[in-house]
Amino acid sequence: MTRSRLAVALVVLAAVLMLVPLLWVLALSLKANGELMVDTASVFNGRFTLENYRNLFGNGAVFRWIGNSLIVSLGMTVGVLILASLAGYGFARLEFRGRDALFVIVLLGLAVPEQAVIIARHQMFSWLGMHNTYQALILPGLSAPFGVFLMTQYFRAIPKDIDEAALLDGASRFTIFWKLLLPLTIPAQATLGIFTFLSAWNDYWWPLISATNKDMFTLTVGIASTQMNFAQTEGLGFLMAQAVFAGAPMLIVYLFFQKYIVQAVAGAAGR
Amino acid sequence: MSARRDWRGVLFVAPYLTVFVVMLVVPLAMGMWLSTTKSDLFGTERWVGLANFVRLFGDAIFLQTVGNTFTFVLLTGPFLTLAGLGLALVLNRPERWAAVLRTIFFASTVLSVTVVTLVWRLVFLPDGGLLGVTAEALGGTPIAFLNNEKLAMPAIAVTTIWWCIGLPMVLFLAALQQVPRDLYEAAALDNASRWTTLTRITLPAIRRTFFLVIIIEVILQFQLFGQAQLMTLGGPNNATRPIVLFIYEAGWRQWELGYAAAAAQVLFAMILVAAMLQYRLSSRRAA
Repeated sequence: MTRSRLAVALVVLAAVLMLVPLLWVLALSLKANGELMVDTASVFNGRFTLENYRNLFGNGAVFRWIGNSLIVSLGMTVGVLILASLAGYGFARLEFRGRDALFVIVLLGLAVPEQAVIIARHQMFSWLGMHNTYQALILPGLSAPFGVFLMTQYFRAIPKDIDEAALLDGASRFTIFWKLLLPLTIPAQATLGIFTFLSAWNDYWWPLISATNKDMFTLTVGIASTQMNFAQTEGLGFLMAQAVFAGAPMLIVYLFFQKYIVQAVAGAAGR
Repeated sequence: MSARRDWRGVLFVAPYLTVFVVMLVVPLAMGMWLSTTKSDLFGTERWVGLANFVRLFGDAIFLQTVGNTFTFVLLTGPFLTLAGLGLALVLNRPERWAAVLRTIFFASTVLSVTVVTLVWRLVFLPDGGLLGVTAEALGGTPIAFLNNEKLAMPAIAVTTIWWCIGLPMVLFLAALQQVPRDLYEAAALDNASRWTTLTRITLPAIRRTFFLVIIIEVILQFQLFGQAQLMTLGGPNNATRPIVLFIYEAGWRQWELGYAAAAAQVLFAMILVAAMLQYRLSSRRAA
């Protein structure tokens, strides 16, 4: 009994350690830059200010980056849901020549890491003169095979009687897909949508090399660019306010949709 | 009915397949071809066969990045797996406090690498960072973790563990939920101790998940990039330069695309081996 209490105590301690860095950053973001310059230990003197957040709202760059991140993440999410649903239905329900071979090839794509394709992708977009566009930031993400895999599994699990009854009633394949089956896949759509949005929002390498123009930065790249010249920033407090502003929306969304987010991330990893 | 050939099926899969071919298959093939050429920003100069690979294996910095990557995987993978298992075992209970703690441990997973590194740089910063301030308050001297050849990689590993601990925990929690209840009831009837229940019932029941988590973490941590690029730029003295950062710098700093592509193929081969192991494990689990 005491041993299990010790385990719980250790876990609680670990949870506190998980929170401390976040609280530290939050506290720094609420301090005047001048005071931090002298000594960051001044966070313990209790004099806090919203000055950094006021400066942040006066500085348009962060909002531009958040806008870009929203456009890219939503665009990718909608694109993946449409492509993966159509393909999932096709692979699960319709018989056509080469179907199973194609599906296996798509599944093999799951094993291809980003590093193996990113150089050539970058060159392709360079040739097309498409860097620093939303299309360039969205298109590569649409090729991820995970969504097709997930949706195919999901469509396969739906009883075939539903389609066959509708076919006898003279419904078209597309009507069956759109009106009958798609509404049944909403749980899978939610999982796939959340996972895609989260990975797009947090993606770093591709936007780093494709969006080189400051106006096209996504939030992750923008935050990276401000921390590159760490020493000569507008001040630690300002930098920390930016970190809080970039991290807090995700944490708040997480608190509301925790169950779905955990499911989506675990589901994607467990493939 | 279902055996009928239906050409319309192609219409449903064609949009995805087009993107798949253009954005994945073509770049993959192009990357393999690039790795056998001398190429830069302006195009391919000539075909060089396996010269890039020969050069890689004689390149002391590349070999060091391979070593660094393995060190990093060893520092993070086993710890993430065991700590994730430990957290799941302790927090797999219905009470409210356990739910709150689970929420805390997974929260950092949703943050982007740039926010995570910003937070942790302000922890490790010797002059005014959280650890520095704590050290001074306790009468010690602050350590410049990220500028120290021996401590920089462990510091990046700690940052990564903080960022990634949520995933192994939830994978183990999901596995623990699957263990049949009657096994525990039988154990209780036999008056088995908690330790016996854990080692004889729980751990054998989640064995597959255990190996799956190890492989997932190995694949994930092999791809270390953002933390090293943002926290140390691979330094000091290349001590924290991982393979992916090597690829990035060869490609986008020196514009040696052929050489970078060759390094990417080496990494791809390493990940493929791990992925094949994962596939074998997960398909056995399904059977």
